[in-house]
Amino acid sequence: MSGALILHRARPGLTVQDMGRPGLARLGLSRGGAADRLALLEATALLGLRAPVAALEMPALGGSFEVTRPTRIALTGAPMRADLDGSALRWSASHLILPGQRLTIGAATSGVYGYLTPAGGILGPEWQGSRAAHLVAGIGAALAAGDRLPLGDDPEPDAPGQFLPVEDRFTGGLLRWIDGPQTALFPVATRARFGTTAFRRAPTGNRQGIRLDCEGPAFAADLPKTGLASEFILPGDIQMTGDGRPYILLSECQTIGGYPRIGTVLPADLPRAAQSAPGAVLRFQRVTLAEADTLARPRAARLASLRAACHPLRRDPRDMPDLLSYQLISGVTAGNDLDPPEASA
Amino acid sequence: MDSGSQRDKTPVEGPEVLPLGSTALLLRFGLTVTPRATAAVQALHDMLDKADLPGVTEILPSLASVMLRFDPAKVTRADLAARLATLTGTRDWHAAEPRPAMRLWQVPVAFGGVHGPMLEEASALAGLSPEAAVRQVAETELRVLAIGFAPGQPYLGLLPEGWNLPRLSDLAPQVPQGAVTVAVRQIVLFANASPTGWRQIGRAAFRPFRPEARDPAPLRAGDALRLIPCSGDELEALLHTGDPDGGARCQVRA
Repeated sequence: MSGALILHRARPGLTVQDMGRPGLARLGLSRGGAADRLALLEATALLGLRAPVAALEMPALGGSFEVTRPTRIALTGAPMRADLDGSALRWSASHLILPGQRLTIGAATSGVYGYLTPAGGILGPEWQGSRAAHLVAGIGAALAAGDRLPLGDDPEPDAPGQFLPVEDRFTGGLLRWIDGPQTALFPVATRARFGTTAFRRAPTGNRQGIRLDCEGPAFAADLPKTGLASEFILPGDIQMTGDGRPYILLSECQTIGGYPRIGTVLPADLPRAAQSAPGAVLRFQRVTLAEADTLARPRAARLASLRAACHPLRRDPRDMPDLLSYQLISGVTAGNDLDPPEASA
Repeated sequence: MDSGSQRDKTPVEGPEVLPLGSTALLLRFGLTVTPRATAAVQALHDMLDKADLPGVTEILPSLASVMLRFDPAKVTRADLAARLATLTGTRDWHAAEPRPAMRLWQVPVAFGGVHGPMLEEASALAGLSPEAAVRQVAETELRVLAIGFAPGQPYLGLLPEGWNLPRLSDLAPQVPQGAVTVAVRQIVLFANASPTGWRQIGRAAFRPFRPEARDPAPLRAGDALRLIPCSGDELEALLHTGDPDGGARCQVRA
């Protein structure tokens, strides 16, 4: 009998997500999977796993959780307030959780999607090689309080907690994009204005895509009178809807669409787009295809860099509930005080 | 006026090879849907399927273009684009004819009434009586031009030129799962309830997407499909059975 993650409280929109199901466009199914794929790679590095496993995706708010077996977890993506039995937990870090302890994850302090990744992964029903819920397609379902998610065994429960410093991708910023098949439909001046406009992430948005607002006229394409033929679209595509405002498509987007698209956000910058909360300011910078190809790095290389950047978790004194219970000065500690105390238990 | 017959005589040049994201290319015959472009798309899809291109992981047709996904670890975008330009440049796309369909679907559809609330309006726009409109739609052997937008959802076409109806300027209120809708000489059979700018002229009990099934999206691009008129009562009975095929039959052609 393997362990389980029990959801005592689950805020709206919690789903199981992994790296999704690439290659099913023939079924009309977009890749799906985590809105912020980088967050799953970060969890993979923090937990020392060979490959990403299924995690809990938490939009804006988390919940409260318990495990039935000791397991390490990684907390990645949008930083959220988290504590274990009242002791604050570092974000972008891995921690050991024991049965009986209560893990509480609150609101995101910036960004949108936080991830709770158990080291053995969330098991449960697999469809076409993935456990990711794809709600638009009716695959899987949003989670609710009372759910028990089966967990795989932690391959290395005694491994010390790790911390991974990450670049801020949770407060908007610059999105690099490349030309797509319909870029030429947009007048040169319109494309230039696109590059100098400051956009704000609009309240409208979900795992399918996010809408951006801005000042100024519409970003209109020159369209054939008989209407544009619908074409394949992909996550990262920047489509201009009827009122000429951009919509950045995310992992659960439709696979064919009829709105003109000015270009495609680079995969490396898509986590930044997905993690931009309503109000965040976003700008666009066009790069050439050659530049984009130079910037693209295979997953294995990105994982190797993330693994190299992980280091043992140092407990922040501010996170310690009772400083007097720690030996701060004495030279007789066991030498493992850089580790969370649970790790040596 | 830009009539369809004139457009059909326009030579179809080789497809444009265009970038689509980091790991795909789009081969496009035109910005609009024309019979020539859809025929060329089907011929190109067949050709590329047989070409065994190294590093290509997925080849899919849509209405006027074909998408190729590639693995950048195995082939560069530039090399693949050059290879495709050579491969497609040797062919006279004007003469392209779609390959005969390997499978023919016959799908019962109730037209008009509560199941096709915009049949009269759509017929009038097509210059036909509702009865003649249903006859014309039923007589047309449609092809699955693309699967997409929503999972399993077919774009079917092309209907005769008179059916080149614009989309509604505003989205219609929700159409149900199975809604048979028309616009721009095409029919979309909705996989899920959805708001749409297309006019609903009928409804099928056929479900284009079945996540629980071994073959979750039974229709394939290139399949032939006929809509077989049935009564509203017959459709209700088919819906009532809960059978995802909704009375549809699939005939494999030798």
